[in-house]
Amino acid sequence: MRRLWAVFRKDLAIELRTKDSLNTMLFFGIVVLVVFHFALRSGEVEARAAAPGVLWVAFAFAGTLGLNRMFAAEKENGCLEGLMMMPADRGVLYLGKMLAGTVFMLAAEAVIFVASLVFFNLEVWGELPWLALVFFVGTLGFTAVGTLLAAVAVNTRMREVLLPVILFPVVLPVLIHAVEATALVLGGADRGELKLPLAVLSVFTVVFGTIAYLLFEHVLED
Amino acid sequence: MIEVRGLAKYYGRQSALRSLDLRIARGDFIALFGRNGAGKTTFLRILAGLARPSAGSCRIAPAAGGAGRETAARTRGRIGYLSHHTSLYPDLTALENLRFFARLAGVPADDAFLAGRIGAVGLAGREREPVRTYSRGMQQRLGIARAFLHDPDLLLLDEPFTGLDQAGADFLKRYLVGARRAGKTCVMALHDAELGHQLASRLVVIDRGTAALDAERDSLPLDAFRARYAAILGPQPPAGGGAS
Repeated sequence: MRRLWAVFRKDLAIELRTKDSLNTMLFFGIVVLVVFHFALRSGEVEARAAAPGVLWVAFAFAGTLGLNRMFAAEKENGCLEGLMMMPADRGVLYLGKMLAGTVFMLAAEAVIFVASLVFFNLEVWGELPWLALVFFVGTLGFTAVGTLLAAVAVNTRMREVLLPVILFPVVLPVLIHAVEATALVLGGADRGELKLPLAVLSVFTVVFGTIAYLLFEHVLED
Repeated sequence: MIEVRGLAKYYGRQSALRSLDLRIARGDFIALFGRNGAGKTTFLRILAGLARPSAGSCRIAPAAGGAGRETAARTRGRIGYLSHHTSLYPDLTALENLRFFARLAGVPADDAFLAGRIGAVGLAGREREPVRTYSRGMQQRLGIARAFLHDPDLLLLDEPFTGLDQAGADFLKRYLVGARRAGKTCVMALHDAELGHQLASRLVVIDRGTAALDAERDSLPLDAFRARYAAILGPQPPAGGGAS
């Protein structure tokens, strides 16, 4: 646990100092909102109905950039080698990186979501706790897989291009159920209907998180 | 302590190691020579557990029993690996870097202990400056402090003198002499035959992915070693050559 916190705190300290990941994620997320805002305003599709999909497109692309950046920083100066040589279970490194990725992504999501309230004219104050729960569970599912695949991609020549190519097909169930759950909350559906998508997201996170924890040390080696 | 049998590593159709056999006893201090691309770095990376062999085996005697992942982690705790990279985070200070690695290694992470380690490599007074502001040589010195922070008993060093100024090189020589006296085991890749002959107890030359020479230093005076070295690899290149 102490080692997990050490990895998380190190990533947090670097991010607070450089803001590399957050700036990139926010810039991209806001651009997605702006583009969809203008596209939907000129069409017949109700912007509010499209908001869940637009939000998760912005979250997913911003998250991919953030994960890529987080692991690219580990390649600089061969820091990943230094991490791998530590007498710690390499699965703990995965958990520390996943925790950091989740916190960065949630921070970016908070800002992107506030911006979406303006762009899509949403009034969701009463739904905020439920939305926060959906965003949290969906983001965990995304980073559970994303952290492992970002570690795979960082050791290749095409790292920036490869991550979305290998990540999105695997993480599609997370995105589908996260969009569904977000739509249910924004549509004022009965809270009981949230059980299924949240359960699917939770099971996905546990199953893929466990697999990633066990595989992480193998994907780091040449 | 280490048994290497038929070790081979291929990157696509390119072979870095073909069939390397080597037994390394506790306390052996090996200077590893070879042309660029001979497989020295690959060999060290396999020993360090950073790369998997394509064929053959490389076994480091375990510190104690236990489950596979735990044993692997304990074995890593006995290894100090210094590669061409310093493995330091440029946006953290020297103290923050060492504190982070100390926490992962499970050694004391208090400022006084870490400042002592930083001072030992000649960087006293620069502890709280970001590593990004350090020169290449200073980063290499701090990289040495990081690699040896947990007092490992197996040292794997890949061109450790590259980038060091005279004071840094003197520090590293003193450290290695002390480590040899303390009975630590070391495998270091070098290009400088004289330096390797001075520091090591055993001289190994890798050529075409196999061990072309493996001799005790005391049985091979420097001039004789130079002649053998030149016969295998050609004339001695200038010291401080590139990666392998």
